[in-house]
Amino acid sequence: MLKVLVPVKRVVDYNVKVRVKSDNTGVDIANVKMSMNPFDEIAVEEAVRLKEKGLVTEVIAVSCGVAQCQETLRTAMAIGADRAILVETDVELQPLAVAKLLKALVDKEQPSLVILGKQAIDDDANQTGQMLAALADLPQATFASKVELAADKVSVTREVDGGLETLALTLPAVITTDLRLNEPRYVTLPNIMKAKKKQLDTVKPEDLGVDVAPRLKTLKVTEPAKRGAGIKVADVAALVEKLKNEAKVI
Amino acid sequence: MSVLVIAEHDNASIKGATLNTVTAAVACGGDVHVLVAGHNAGAAAQAAASIAGVAKVIHADAAGLERGLAENVAAQVLAIASNYSHILFPATASGKNVAPRVAAKLDVAQISDITKVVSPDTFERPIYAGNAIATVQSADSVKVITVRTTGFDAAAATGGSAAVETAAATADAGKSSFVGSEIAKSDRPELTAAKIIVSGGRALGSKEKFDEVMTPLADKLGAALGASRAAVDAGYAPNDWQVGQTGKIVAPQLYVAAGISGAIQHLAGMKDSKVIVAINKDPEAPIFSVADYGLEADLFTAVPELVKAL
Repeated sequence: MLKVLVPVKRVVDYNVKVRVKSDNTGVDIANVKMSMNPFDEIAVEEAVRLKEKGLVTEVIAVSCGVAQCQETLRTAMAIGADRAILVETDVELQPLAVAKLLKALVDKEQPSLVILGKQAIDDDANQTGQMLAALADLPQATFASKVELAADKVSVTREVDGGLETLALTLPAVITTDLRLNEPRYVTLPNIMKAKKKQLDTVKPEDLGVDVAPRLKTLKVTEPAKRGAGIKVADVAALVEKLKNEAKVI
Repeated sequence: MSVLVIAEHDNASIKGATLNTVTAAVACGGDVHVLVAGHNAGAAAQAAASIAGVAKVIHADAAGLERGLAENVAAQVLAIASNYSHILFPATASGKNVAPRVAAKLDVAQISDITKVVSPDTFERPIYAGNAIATVQSADSVKVITVRTTGFDAAAATGGSAAVETAAATADAGKSSFVGSEIAKSDRPELTAAKIIVSGGRALGSKEKFDEVMTPLADKLGAALGASRAAVDAGYAPNDWQVGQTGKIVAPQLYVAAGISGAIQHLAGMKDSKVIVAINKDPEAPIFSVADYGLEADLFTAVPELVKAL
């Protein structure tokens, strides 16, 4: 029984340009489109492909957060995850808290692999996978662009500064996905319908014995500094003139 | 209390991102120590000792540290962590790989990608692809931080004369091993350290055209080459050239974007550049909204013309 655990996060859709609230307490996410974090979608796709190749037997999707994360989990099951677990809470979850929740689920489910996105596109933290690996004392391969699973180890090619690097990890292991790992499939209507019938269990952080209180306090959220308006130049000659004499950068 | 910087290095030399991280560390207050964890990394440790503002270099040397495996480097940091109020990593592929392991083991939050030190416990960091800036305060006893290098000037690489202390290396965790790497050899400046970057988008149409059109411009300007995600996904450019929210964050003196429409994810990676030039034939392309100089033209004629005019 080779199980894969795939944590997925519900985030503001990547096409939405968020606005900072006028009272500077955060960004306005009321009534904006929410989707699965794109890197997590790649993680689900990779896990499902491993199952389709017969290398794993069960793919379990997990999400931590508000009740609406069920939609994200249904999407994961429409891609092909077999069942799902929601760790439901209204508390603002920071990466360390999510990693602790996932650690509790790793202890319970004993997966051979955990595959998750390298970062979420809302808080851009890039922490959860590595934190989970540390807490569970597992080896990690972050920013994966290729995964090759064998009986007792996994070989992962990683996107690093300057090129690619390949690591071999003993199992169980944690992998975080980069963009080029795969191209997630479109979910079809029949699979969406099928996903509605799949098992989705809900637990609370208390059930897992995890304190999820935030550690970082957000004092304010502001708009980034705006760039001054630029100009259009008529042709290449005008551009070169500006770069030489006005901007003085060449 | 002192502040610890984890050096980015290749065992022989210190990478530029370390210098920006030292500047952030100085802003946190206290003596700045630098950890060089590597193998046969004496030269890198000596280079770290020369960085202006560094009080001490701690050099840990072992075969298991040669390739920067996260499990082993994190263990090395944890072995000395109790001496420090702040532990800072550059927000590079290797820094981002290791820092969260350290934070989790210390049971503290990590503050990712800081762009400003407001006070020793309060930091600014971009969220939502840089569309908002959060000011966050940490109540944890140790602050584990990754530093966005474009947010801080580089410390001077010379002028310091720190003592180099040897630390006992931690044992190899034995759960991961390095198999191989494909690191492109290039005479060009590193993307994140370059003064000028020329970047190409999907409009280039093929890898051949990308090379044929963009390379002469980069050669002429002594620039690094970058690319949009669309160009990388299409295979026109290698993955490590990607500039954007989830690729490299750059802020050169001059950024030339050719055939890049300017998705918010791309803008997140380059909008802090000093001067931005956009060449695009679509007058509505969002890249023009951040460009100092916009040239509405077909890149296949404009870029070669630019090469000639320079």
